[in-house]
Amino acid sequence: MEDSSTTHKNKKPSFFRRFKDQAFYQAMIWPSVILMILFNFIPMYGLIIAFKNYTVLDTIGGAPWVGFEYFQEFFKDPLFWTVIKNTFGIAFFKMLIGFPGAIVLAVLINEVANLHFKKFIQTISYLPHFLSWVILGGMVIMWLSDTGFLNSLLMDLKVISKPIEFMADPNKYWAIAVLSDFWKEVGWGTILYLASMTAIDPSLYEAAKIDGATKWQQIIHITIPGIRQMIALNLILSIGGLLGSNLDQTLVLQNSLNYASSEVLNSYVFKMGIKQGNFSYATAVGIFVSVVSLILIVLSRWGTRKISDKSVF
Amino acid sequence: MRKTKEEKIFNFVNLVFMVFFTIIIAFPLINIVALSFNDPLDALKGGIFLWPRKFTFESYYTVLENHAIYLAFIVSVSKTIVGIVLHTFVTAITAYALTREDLIGRKWFEIMGILTMFVNGGMIPTFLVFKSYGLLNNFWVYILPVLFSFYDVIIMMNFFRGIPRSLEESAEIDGATPFTVFAKIIIPLSLPVIATIALYHGVYQWNDYMTANIYVNNENLFPLQQLLYKIVSENLSPTVATGTAVVRQTTSQSMQLATMVITTIPVVAVYPFLQKYFVSGLTLGAVKE
Repeated sequence: MEDSSTTHKNKKPSFFRRFKDQAFYQAMIWPSVILMILFNFIPMYGLIIAFKNYTVLDTIGGAPWVGFEYFQEFFKDPLFWTVIKNTFGIAFFKMLIGFPGAIVLAVLINEVANLHFKKFIQTISYLPHFLSWVILGGMVIMWLSDTGFLNSLLMDLKVISKPIEFMADPNKYWAIAVLSDFWKEVGWGTILYLASMTAIDPSLYEAAKIDGATKWQQIIHITIPGIRQMIALNLILSIGGLLGSNLDQTLVLQNSLNYASSEVLNSYVFKMGIKQGNFSYATAVGIFVSVVSLILIVLSRWGTRKISDKSVF
Repeated sequence: MRKTKEEKIFNFVNLVFMVFFTIIIAFPLINIVALSFNDPLDALKGGIFLWPRKFTFESYYTVLENHAIYLAFIVSVSKTIVGIVLHTFVTAITAYALTREDLIGRKWFEIMGILTMFVNGGMIPTFLVFKSYGLLNNFWVYILPVLFSFYDVIIMMNFFRGIPRSLEESAEIDGATPFTVFAKIIIPLSLPVIATIALYHGVYQWNDYMTANIYVNNENLFPLQQLLYKIVSENLSPTVATGTAVVRQTTSQSMQLATMVITTIPVVAVYPFLQKYFVSGLTLGAVKE
């Protein structure tokens, strides 16, 4: 990887000469360098406003420093525990059913013998991933409304006598958020597992059958170990993204009545910063989210190193 | 090999489960389409499953009478097409330059690129900086910030590396300029990876409403998804089913249904083409999500 020129130093042409020789390739890479600086690195510099008292009248550099004041304000905020509880609670349950759900589904799809039917199931199950949360959220709200599908079904079956207010009840929000996310993403979650299952040597299954292994034993002793690396990789990726991925969903499904159980860190940042203009405060909350995410990533890497032979990165 | 009894039972139970699962996923989607073609007032009585009871285009007429949806459609199509073209172009030239082992500054570039994958300024600092660039209520806010993606660059770079170097060298011996090599040899050989990047970015552009939600409040610049978000979030807060509320909900619901179907059609239309590239787009750099 390092310069091959180190081996024959004497022949190395001058920097300018080399630069001129590769001017075409340099011209290809500079647009991206500028894009990165403008859209990735300068915003990173903007993070310092979390430690400043920034108002719209200031420049980012010119605002007065206030240290950790906004972090303290956030920790003292009466909403702090509500937001923390919702963020971690919803994320935990999503993970609890979504992570094993995708593995189980992948194993079962893999066992479907008819290839056409298998392909058909895959096609159908990946589709919801490509619908935006606006579409899906609209569907969910409609299905769960007073006159929606679920209420009319339950009333027809005489299970209930008057419609259940699903979207207006804070006690039902977590379940709605978790299950709708499961419906949208579980099929897509199988894709990498299914890809790595095709790499498992079929003769392993043949041998197991000759030895009289049941289907269950084949799954536990051949299929699951065959995708162990992929499980570890997915675990790290999903833990790292846990706190960051639900803004789209939250903004669509949230309303003033279920607010107490639907407000999560990201939607709180959105409201405080973009809607109300408390830029410094919202940035401090955002940094808090990033730090917690980072801790989770490090922990999960450490954890998966124990169950997997080598670290994923 | 003969199937054992245990295997037969497993296969049968699995088949039943799979049919059930497919129905759970497909039914809501079909139901929404069926509802959108049903008479709006009649739909509120419930009992519509796979096929409309009173077939009508009324909801679609109502939606298409609305001037805003045409504008939103144009914005969505423009941002998707402009986004695909520019993003794929930037990704391709960056990835190709990075395949040169002797490129000055390559190591630095890679470190910067990896940094952008794991660290970002977060919503508020990004908002303030973009504001100072004049990107608020500006069409280019949909395009410029997502032009560069190191993840996509890695995918394309890996593909380029698989192209035999000898092809380029023989062209160079014949006197081809670097530009000719790139345009006439590399690009035609890389159509599968270009399609992967283009399709994924296209779906992202089409589905994204958060960019508009944060940076745009000029309704003339709303893409379809943001228009739909406004309809969903403002009109369908939980209502008590009294006289006027029912009427309001009727029109609102039918409008939503029709808009949802119209908004989804392009994604469903490219879906079969996209499917070929699912795995290649994911496995090469599963680091993104």
